[in-house]
Amino acid sequence: MLTSVLLPFIAALFIPLISKWKEKVHTGIFVTLIPLAVFIYFIQFIGAGFEPVTREYSWIPSMNMNILFHLDGLSLLFLLLISGIGTLVAFYSIYYLHTSEQLGQFYVFFLLFMGSMLGVVLSDNVYVLYTFWEFTSLSSFLLIGFWNHRERSRYGALKSMLITVFGGLSLLGGLIFMQVITGTASIQGMIEQQELILNHEYFPMILTFLLLGAFTKSAQFPFHIWLPDAMEAPTPVSAYLHSATMVKAGLFLIARFSPMLTGSEWFFLFVSGFGIITLCWGSYMAVRQTDLKAILAFSTISQLGMIMAMLGFGTDMAIFAAVFHILNHATFKGSLFMVAGIVDHETGTRDIRNLGGLMTFLPITATLAVIASFSMAGVPLPFLNGFYSKELFFDASIHFNEGAQGAVAIMQSILPYLAVIGSIFTFVYSMYFFFGTFRGESNMDKLPKKPHEAPIGMLVAPAVLVLGVIVIGLFPELINQPFISHAADSIKAGDIDKSISFWHGIKLPLIMSLAVLAFGTILALSRPKWQGVYRILPGKLSLNSFYDGTVKRTETYSTAITNGYMNGSLARYVRLIIGAIIIVTFSIMAITGSFTISNEDLSALTAPEIFIALTMVIAAVGTIITNNRIAAILILGVVGYGLAILFVLYRAPDLALTQLIIETVTVALFLLAFYHMPQLEKKTETKRKKSLNLTIAIGFGALMSMIGISAHSSKAFDSISDYFLKTSHSLGGGDNVVNVILVDMRGLDTVLEITVLGIAAFAIYGLVRLRRHKDEEG
Amino acid sequence: MTRTNDIILRTTTSLIAFILIGFSVYLFFSGHNNPGGGFIGGLMTAAAIILMNMAYGSEAMAKVLPVNFRFVVALGLAIAVLTGVGSFVFGQPFLSQTYAYFQLPILGKTELATALLFDLGVYLTVIGVTMTIILTIADDRG
Repeated sequence: MLTSVLLPFIAALFIPLISKWKEKVHTGIFVTLIPLAVFIYFIQFIGAGFEPVTREYSWIPSMNMNILFHLDGLSLLFLLLISGIGTLVAFYSIYYLHTSEQLGQFYVFFLLFMGSMLGVVLSDNVYVLYTFWEFTSLSSFLLIGFWNHRERSRYGALKSMLITVFGGLSLLGGLIFMQVITGTASIQGMIEQQELILNHEYFPMILTFLLLGAFTKSAQFPFHIWLPDAMEAPTPVSAYLHSATMVKAGLFLIARFSPMLTGSEWFFLFVSGFGIITLCWGSYMAVRQTDLKAILAFSTISQLGMIMAMLGFGTDMAIFAAVFHILNHATFKGSLFMVAGIVDHETGTRDIRNLGGLMTFLPITATLAVIASFSMAGVPLPFLNGFYSKELFFDASIHFNEGAQGAVAIMQSILPYLAVIGSIFTFVYSMYFFFGTFRGESNMDKLPKKPHEAPIGMLVAPAVLVLGVIVIGLFPELINQPFISHAADSIKAGDIDKSISFWHGIKLPLIMSLAVLAFGTILALSRPKWQGVYRILPGKLSLNSFYDGTVKRTETYSTAITNGYMNGSLARYVRLIIGAIIIVTFSIMAITGSFTISNEDLSALTAPEIFIALTMVIAAVGTIITNNRIAAILILGVVGYGLAILFVLYRAPDLALTQLIIETVTVALFLLAFYHMPQLEKKTETKRKKSLNLTIAIGFGALMSMIGISAHSSKAFDSISDYFLKTSHSLGGGDNVVNVILVDMRGLDTVLEITVLGIAAFAIYGLVRLRRHKDEEG
Repeated sequence: MTRTNDIILRTTTSLIAFILIGFSVYLFFSGHNNPGGGFIGGLMTAAAIILMNMAYGSEAMAKVLPVNFRFVVALGLAIAVLTGVGSFVFGQPFLSQTYAYFQLPILGKTELATALLFDLGVYLTVIGVTMTIILTIADDRG
């Protein structure tokens, strides 16, 4: 099982080697074999006596992260979808992508995506699930931006990346919460502890995070906006990622966790609510589009909304219908995308306003399209699988557990109406898609190419999928008992009669279907008359302009904020730094109450000390208030020499000597620097700035004084200097304790300090001597 | 550029410079037991050289004292580090110092400490650093 997931990743490593001879053999031929092998491996699990299989492979056992695979009916359904449609898409892409494209890159991304999708649906460990989840986001980003020389491709890729990664990170948050609460990283283990999670105080957050993850990935309202822009990807990618696999990862997630979450009525309200809104909005918007792939993108959104709504219902019937529709949608939507790709390939345009009357030129394609789009519309014909699942959807939307209260009851009563409205628009856009492309007048002059039927190889993949539509439509029980019912059982093991048949008798669902057919036909025929409604809703208030505005505003605001405090003025930075130090330190001092004053351990003041200190204070103040720079330097020297005298008074001869010389050198260097300084204009600061500076300076001085007093007043233990005094002669062989400490006891500091001096000297040398003049550079 | 006849400065310099050097050597050697040491000694020697530089000009000084002070920095750092590394030879931790008393021909009973070698490194570094900085800035015609 691990091999089957790793196979695409390993194969991706070899693609760059194989793609070197793409001129002779199309790389896609090799790639097609890989999903085929996976498909064949997993198809052997199908059968009436299927039991879930669990495998564990060690990864990071110490952190509770092991590659834990759980193969049940739901995973099997998705695995077969991914590998099966993967095979068809890879085969289709052989004919779709010319060998002049970057085939190596394409197939590497494709295989990465497929492998991570397999990983998502097989994982039972939440962290492994998340890892594969982000891999799908990443590889789909690469695939959408495959033609990266186009601006729209890059825009679409970035948009999908931002939205799905936002959701992915939310998902991670929810998963971590659940792992912390239950103490296990296994999904099955979490489901067993359902009560613990449902009653936990973090449950609202868990639900929000999980739903955000699922809604963004599955393009639910209002996060659906990335999907239409992802249509810039090559059509095989759209067919694979954006109809059959990636967008269903969110559905998978909801289905996977729904045994745990259905206990909450919020789950019903949110999932069904957003699902049904997405259904209606997506189908409504699909009619507006003029691009074939955009129609299909909004159609995908609305179909996903429908499945999502059914997963939210949580009844046995609804779960069964949802699982069934996942399969059905993958078959007809995959083939429709391929049909759109063929039309694009053969006519050179996807704009439905320029297309029309293609039936005579592309008869086979048109046949495939009519079956797939009628199945999508849910036309009641016994060989269309879309009808069955739509019927089940209507059935589920009118059969709920009785006795609901409040919001749930209101929701339950309006759901059937919304379902019908959404389905009417679904019917309208399905018809619009087919008749707009293949019937009506043909206007050959507008088409960039003269259309003719696609090569056989290109038709194989959609034909297989359409064959699936028909086979499921004709013999639903063929896949139901060994396959679909297992998938439904793994979400919710109910005891309803899970049989699918075309004729139920004249009951409410059939009446709803007929109503959809009737209203849909009327609306589809009168479409040009009411098209104007799209100019009202959505006009400027579309979600795309909201997204663009948000992205733009984020940039402008962050630029504004950064420019607001980083204005390049060093004075301001110093003010900010010192101000922050003052506020933080004073607050900590106030909170901990650590300021102490003690009069113990103070020595008596002598007259010379007072005199020197006063002189230094006067000189310091003088430095500030003088207007003459040279004078300021010289007065500053007074402070330095005063310090040297203080060192003498406090019996530190080495310090005094060093201080004297260093002070002299510093003053000399200062004078040198200021002598050569250009005569700059004297900058007068505003009064506000001046008083601000004064406040900060006084505050910092007060802070430092308080720290000094506190430090002196609270000596925690004796100093170690007694040791130095005692052992200076015996250990170091010298009587000058300062020197012995410097060269012997703590010589390492000295080594590094003279290194600092050396670096400073070389830096100055480099600065002065090795500079390049502007005129030399030219 | 004509120079004024600064004979008094030059004459006194030739006297004072040697006193300064002598004093700096004293500071350096006495550092272990009295105030002083490599740092101040180095600064004082540098002061003497700067004084001569001021009196005679750097071109004359380059002839009298043909030393590249950047090498002096490197030399000083090398000596300081090597005395530290030297303690490895005796199986001691880095920068272990020791001392002993010796009977020397002229000085009699003298204390010789390895710390003095380390101090020599400090001394040379400080001279090199100070002279490099001052000469670099002084000779700058940019």
